[in-house]
Amino acid sequence: MRISLDHLCKSFDGVEVLRDITFNEEVSALAIIGPSGGGKSTLLHIIGGLETPTSGTMAVDGQPIDFDEASLRAYRTTLGFVFQDSGLFHHMSALENVALPLHVVHGVGAPEADDRARELLARLGLKDALAKRPAQLSGGQKQRVAIARALAARPRLLLLDEPTSALDPEFTTEVLDVVRDLAEEGTRFIIVTHEMGFARHACDHVAFLYGGRLLEYGPSERIFAHPETPELSRFLSRLLEWSM
Amino acid sequence: MNRTPAIIRPFTARAGAPVRPAKAALNYLAVCVAVIAVVWASLAAAGISLNFDFVAQYRVRLWDGFCMTVGISAASLVISLALGVLVAAGQGARLLPLRYLCDLYVKIIRGTPLIVQVYFFYYIIGTAWGIDNRVLAGIVILSLFSGAYIAEIVRGSLLSIDAGQLEAARAVGFTRAQTLRYVVAPQLVARTLPALTGQVASIIKDSSLLSVIAVIELTQTIREITATNYNFFGGFLLLGALYLVLTLPIMAISRHFEKRLDYAH
Repeated sequence: MRISLDHLCKSFDGVEVLRDITFNEEVSALAIIGPSGGGKSTLLHIIGGLETPTSGTMAVDGQPIDFDEASLRAYRTTLGFVFQDSGLFHHMSALENVALPLHVVHGVGAPEADDRARELLARLGLKDALAKRPAQLSGGQKQRVAIARALAARPRLLLLDEPTSALDPEFTTEVLDVVRDLAEEGTRFIIVTHEMGFARHACDHVAFLYGGRLLEYGPSERIFAHPETPELSRFLSRLLEWSM
Repeated sequence: MNRTPAIIRPFTARAGAPVRPAKAALNYLAVCVAVIAVVWASLAAAGISLNFDFVAQYRVRLWDGFCMTVGISAASLVISLALGVLVAAGQGARLLPLRYLCDLYVKIIRGTPLIVQVYFFYYIIGTAWGIDNRVLAGIVILSLFSGAYIAEIVRGSLLSIDAGQLEAARAVGFTRAQTLRYVVAPQLVARTLPALTGQVASIIKDSSLLSVIAVIELTQTIREITATNYNFFGGFLLLGALYLVLTLPIMAISRHFEKRLDYAH
């Protein structure tokens, strides 16, 4: 799907977080990387309709997005969002977390929503966790439930905001494997991540955000093999310092 | 290693460790016996002999008073719950006069003794606006009083709802009404229920102050009875016991909710 951002800016209380982002590309498996505070998460929130830009415009598949709450709500129902942590509703079981939005927001009948949720959770290896509440699940299980919820209504795009930052390494792999499998089955996604191996091998394109600017964009192989800006070179060499 | 001597082991438990029911019952019984002994010794030292003969004689009035206390408390609970939720919502209102009105209400009610409010509302407001039914006035006063405390309980719970939950609700496409119904309300109930049950016990105790405007509830009944038979010690000890009959089970329920509903923390 085509995402077009035109001179997009975002400030919080006068602090500029995104500066003049212009982007017009086909998106199928995109990683947004960059140092913390670079605006990655804010950009993902704007693309996901959870945040409105201070100025600039956005269009998806040629359709301009209106930034009033009613339009944004309708737009959000066509997407799936996975947060860094605690995006699941505390008081609902894993099954309810997936089935309820499907039933309430998308008007799927309760039994059908239930079936779809069971099927998805089973596919993500959570057959035994259906009745458990988030507090009873491991970090990796929680994120897989969150992914199941995001996928339930067959979104046209999956948005993942650092889905593994709060996880132990073995859970990180478990969650990233799920995202890779989904991508191979044709799910389009944008992921904000610090997992460079995943960005390089599981994503076809990478966007590098630095100081609120989109400094580089390109095929992931090229971005990692031949960074063009000194900022990206420095960022990557820092990350590689302690890798094996 | 630091071992507890065998002789006191039946009376000790590590903090946080579960206590066997038999052991708990034994120790609770020991405490009750000790408390009764102290009361008994105090009564003896003060030269007071307790006499509960009046109970049979006044049982109808005592029962009526008991029912009045329960009725007033129940009515006040319902009204103050509604009031408390509205005021808690009002404290976050966009309309500033409304927001500050709610804030002022909570501050004044929580900052003054109930007895002042009882006199003020009954003799000044009640007289001015023609409310001369004492029971009705009592329910209104107690509801206003308790409503401020419930507003604080609800507001605290509202503030403690994780912003991530609301963002997740937006992300899955819930409308504001759906977010309220499926996310905020259930979490609010779970968080407020233990404190609210505690508040029920407070309402029951606080209803005793309505005796100053001669609402014939339990306390006023005992006051009237003791005014004729001069058996103050028997009367007021019985009064305390009757309130405990109502409040102890409620406290147990509150504790139960506390244990059962702490899924999120």
